[in-house]
Amino acid sequence: MKTDSILLDHGSGGRLSHDLVSDIILPIFDNSILSQLHDGAIIDIEGMRLAFSTDTFTVDPIFFPGGHIGDLAINGTVNDVAMCGANPTYISIGLIIEEGFSVLDLEKILKGMHVAAKKACVTVVTGDTKVVPRGTADKIFINTSGIGLIPGNVDISSHKALPKDKIILSGTVADHGISVLLQREGLKFDSPIISDTAPLNLMVKAILAKTKKDIHVLRDPTRGGVGTSLNEIAEKSSVGMIINEEKIPVKDEVASACELLGFDPLYIANEGKLLAFVGPDLADEILSTIRENEYGKDAVIIGEVISDNPGRVIMKTRIGGTRIIDMLSGEQLPRIC
Amino acid sequence: MPIRHLEEYRDPEISRRIIEKIKNFSGKKVRLMEVCGTHTMSIFRSGIRSVLPKTISLLSGPGCPVCVTNQNEIDSFINLAGKKDVIVATFGDLLRVPGTKSTLQKERARGGDIRVIYSTSDALEIAGRNPDKKIVFLGIGFETTSPTIAASILSAKEMNLNNYFVFSAHKLVPPALHALLKSKDIKIDGFILPGHVSIIIGIKAYIPIVEHYNMPCVIAGFEPTDILHAIFLLIRQIEAGESKLENGYQRVVGFKGNEKAQNIIHDVFKVVDVSWRGIGIIPKSGLVIRDDFSSFDARKAFDLSVPDAPEPKGCACGQILTGIKTPPECPLYYYTCSPSDPVGPCMVSSEGTCSAYYRYHGEP
Repeated sequence: MKTDSILLDHGSGGRLSHDLVSDIILPIFDNSILSQLHDGAIIDIEGMRLAFSTDTFTVDPIFFPGGHIGDLAINGTVNDVAMCGANPTYISIGLIIEEGFSVLDLEKILKGMHVAAKKACVTVVTGDTKVVPRGTADKIFINTSGIGLIPGNVDISSHKALPKDKIILSGTVADHGISVLLQREGLKFDSPIISDTAPLNLMVKAILAKTKKDIHVLRDPTRGGVGTSLNEIAEKSSVGMIINEEKIPVKDEVASACELLGFDPLYIANEGKLLAFVGPDLADEILSTIRENEYGKDAVIIGEVISDNPGRVIMKTRIGGTRIIDMLSGEQLPRIC
Repeated sequence: MPIRHLEEYRDPEISRRIIEKIKNFSGKKVRLMEVCGTHTMSIFRSGIRSVLPKTISLLSGPGCPVCVTNQNEIDSFINLAGKKDVIVATFGDLLRVPGTKSTLQKERARGGDIRVIYSTSDALEIAGRNPDKKIVFLGIGFETTSPTIAASILSAKEMNLNNYFVFSAHKLVPPALHALLKSKDIKIDGFILPGHVSIIIGIKAYIPIVEHYNMPCVIAGFEPTDILHAIFLLIRQIEAGESKLENGYQRVVGFKGNEKAQNIIHDVFKVVDVSWRGIGIIPKSGLVIRDDFSSFDARKAFDLSVPDAPEPKGCACGQILTGIKTPPECPLYYYTCSPSDPVGPCMVSSEGTCSAYYRYHGEP
């Protein structure tokens, strides 16, 4: 760690977040399950494989077009468990509420979480609530943890990408991050930009019903966006990747907002999308399966895994050039001119 | 079909045709400078270098407002952040620039009230909501940005705000171009001129450069076809032995520019000689706040004296900003100086040349 205090960049999901985990957190806890650093931990208990994940949600603003912090909290953990190839079943909720927070808003969030849990077919079975003095938390923070069983013959992790795998992205990028940003900064566009928060476990279930052995990696590109997720997988699997810029789906209004503000949509958070690394023989079939799901209509194959340049993600640009897609180093900041 | 002004300028087929036309020229070696940092980033993001013939070199210029802000000014910004009852309002890019001892980002983590804003209207709002605090806006940028900062000072005056200040470190592009062309070390065959600055200052602002130095110049937009088209026009001039000023960004750049913006700049700021990081003093290239608005001038309102700060040792920012070196030729590049651990501002700024190379080119 090169700083003596924690910076916002350490929470951005990019390189500095990685440094925090690898330099401070991993050495302290030091075990082989944690060091996999997948979306969830895969644990063996008496012959049953369980996926276990936790996430904490501090989004500002707490209400945004397309949802609220409660939706993110349920869908986020459901998705992290699903990205292990598991069937998420039970969720816990931990609430840290700032003194003075509106009871009406709290009810709205909790009712929304109940609806989201039902939609994702998970049950909230335990929880905790803390109230802290005014000014010591920003309205409400929510932690959720989730567990689910992993079916036999499912072996999915960030280390498993293979050369010739096709990389499928289940839909448009940057919707959530831009929606929240515009809401937070009070920037109004005529075309509303809506968060894509959604549960992906049924999509994953349908994929695994088609094949178990040909699905090598699943990842939901949240903080740090698609660009960071691809880099993490390339590094852990020691493979290279070629991504086709033309194939990356971005909504027009999101692309415009990114251009205006100077942001790269590849590094902006998504909350209802997944990346699937699939063996080439079944890639088209899996793509069709994803498109059949209500949250996968815009799914597309964006690239493939190669054996050259391990750890490096290269983009073939629209004009036929090439450039590197690097990992995000810290928070993206708006342009000056 | 109506033009949407979006994907048309990224069209692969149009791009391919322009690239073919460029390849049909003689293949003479040329060195073109893209002045603006946003052009450097756009060139990298679209992969333009990888499709051009190797005989065409694209050099990055000093059009990165964060990069050309000198070390003393950065230290002054950080100094401000430590003052009692001061809220520093800044564009995001300045947050990570390394000063001699700290950064604004580190000072924020240590409790300094530093707020990233998207526009000066945010800064005015903060001033209105915090009458017992002094809000200092860190004014960096070229002609694209200075009109809005000038407008904020005019608004502050109208609103009778006595707690809004601007630290002006604004600079002007045309004097920097003159300085580059006067230098014996810098060899350029043509300029890709900045798009957004040109909207403000107009085509007319560059006429002296073309006439005095016989330098081919093309104003360019930021999309792939814009930049490729500008390169094509420059090569065509060079091959024909011409030196003209051409407007490759006709959809938004006009001859006179935005006269209202020019007037606002003139009303609020006066032009002075200022020092550019890595280049030195460039005559009549910076803006300071006029006496009429001195009550909004942070340089007058605060004691901002900081020890003289040398540029970081080994940092080649100055030579990179003037196209003499590319980032991989800097001994610190990549292994010592990186976005998460920068030595100089060129590695930090979203328009910085070193940052662009690091992100899109990788290891030396």
